[in-house]
Amino acid sequence: MEGAWVALALTLKVAGWATALNLVLGVGIGFAMARARFPGRDVLDAVLTLPMVMPPTVLGYYLLVLIGSHSPLGGWLIQHLGIRLIFTWQGAVIAAAVVAFPLVFKAARAAFETVDPQLEDAARTLGMGEVAVFFRVSLPLAWHAILAGVLLSFARALGEFGATLMVAGSIPGRTQTLSIAVYESVQAGQDDAANFLVAVTSIVCIAVLLSAGRLVPGRIARRE
Amino acid sequence: MIWDIDLQRVLIHGHTRFELDVAFASDASRLVLYGPSGAGKTQTLKMMAGIARPDRGRTVVAGRTLYDSASGLSVSPQERRLAYVFQEYALFPHLTVRQNIASGLRRGWLNPSRAFTDPAVERWIEAFHLGPVAGHYPHQLSGGQRQRTALARALVIDPKALLLDEPFAALDKSLRQRLRQELIELQERLRIPLLLITHDDDDLRVLAHEVVHVRAGRVVASADTEESVLVQ
Repeated sequence: MEGAWVALALTLKVAGWATALNLVLGVGIGFAMARARFPGRDVLDAVLTLPMVMPPTVLGYYLLVLIGSHSPLGGWLIQHLGIRLIFTWQGAVIAAAVVAFPLVFKAARAAFETVDPQLEDAARTLGMGEVAVFFRVSLPLAWHAILAGVLLSFARALGEFGATLMVAGSIPGRTQTLSIAVYESVQAGQDDAANFLVAVTSIVCIAVLLSAGRLVPGRIARRE
Repeated sequence: MIWDIDLQRVLIHGHTRFELDVAFASDASRLVLYGPSGAGKTQTLKMMAGIARPDRGRTVVAGRTLYDSASGLSVSPQERRLAYVFQEYALFPHLTVRQNIASGLRRGWLNPSRAFTDPAVERWIEAFHLGPVAGHYPHQLSGGQRQRTALARALVIDPKALLLDEPFAALDKSLRQRLRQELIELQERLRIPLLLITHDDDDLRVLAHEVVHVRAGRVVASADTEESVLVQ
């Protein structure tokens, strides 16, 4: 049973970092996509949304190609920064972040598009710089809708399986998250361990969704 | 010259193309830009404030050159120091009346707190009788209170000129008359140049020292009020 707590702690750590990453990237890119007008915007939007519809194993394979030790980027990271992403929990973070990214990005873009540009213009005439306009007007008005996406993205990252397995493998105590541990237990015929892991996972997921519903009343239900 | 404006811009919305070419010069301290909706008045005002980009031209307000495509000058909207009152007032819905008014005074990335105080903010709250609603949010205000909050917010930064986009359109008739009078008194007390755009004859009659007629993106006549009313 102790393995389950280790897996739970690791899962929360991975999902937490992945969500933090998505919060910054999803909100930033969502804002840029809501405001910028340039050719190829729709194509870029589709590419950024792709992780939502693509099989996680395919995403995992892309990530292996992109950040594996033999890729230019992966090689550079190992050589210059000493960072290995494959078969590490950091790799699991990247995998979970990519899979859950569209949930934050989509929510952020839609939320920023509902903010009246006139309010941003009003802020400019009052002397606020562009960064101040973002943090004082755009973000506070979009925040509630973004939060819903962020919590869903956390829930999605908690349950990540395919891409994480491809990139980080299944090393107990290091990269074996809850969902992977469930799979391994069932494969090994350890029904007791599987039952316990499944119960823990279910409770954590329900807790996340309940708190999401409490933080943003009505939003989660409407989105689903 | 208080106002020396010469602005051109081509606006394309889908398949429609709108050419805006507005030029006027005036020394009137209360100037009205008059014309039907869709004539390009709001666009002109936004270009003057720097929140819409002209293709080329020149903007001089109260002796300061704010934009001049010939010399490549374009002062940012933040530094133009023009009070701009939007048609629907564009009050920040997540901030109280006091925070809205103070927002132009607070520098940095954070909004003023609900308890923020500043002599200038308090003075405007008092001048516009907003004391009882200073802690309220915009959606809790009446139309007149909204307009006064928008005016106070725009004036607190000590602007060089006051630009108003149909400031009375959202109000009922009896309130309009009173607020027009208040605006005249305010303008005379502050001695601040005022430019107002409207399609309402009454605004023209009561407020204008001079009027610029705008039709389909062009200035069609510019005269003092007496003449223009006769032309009507």
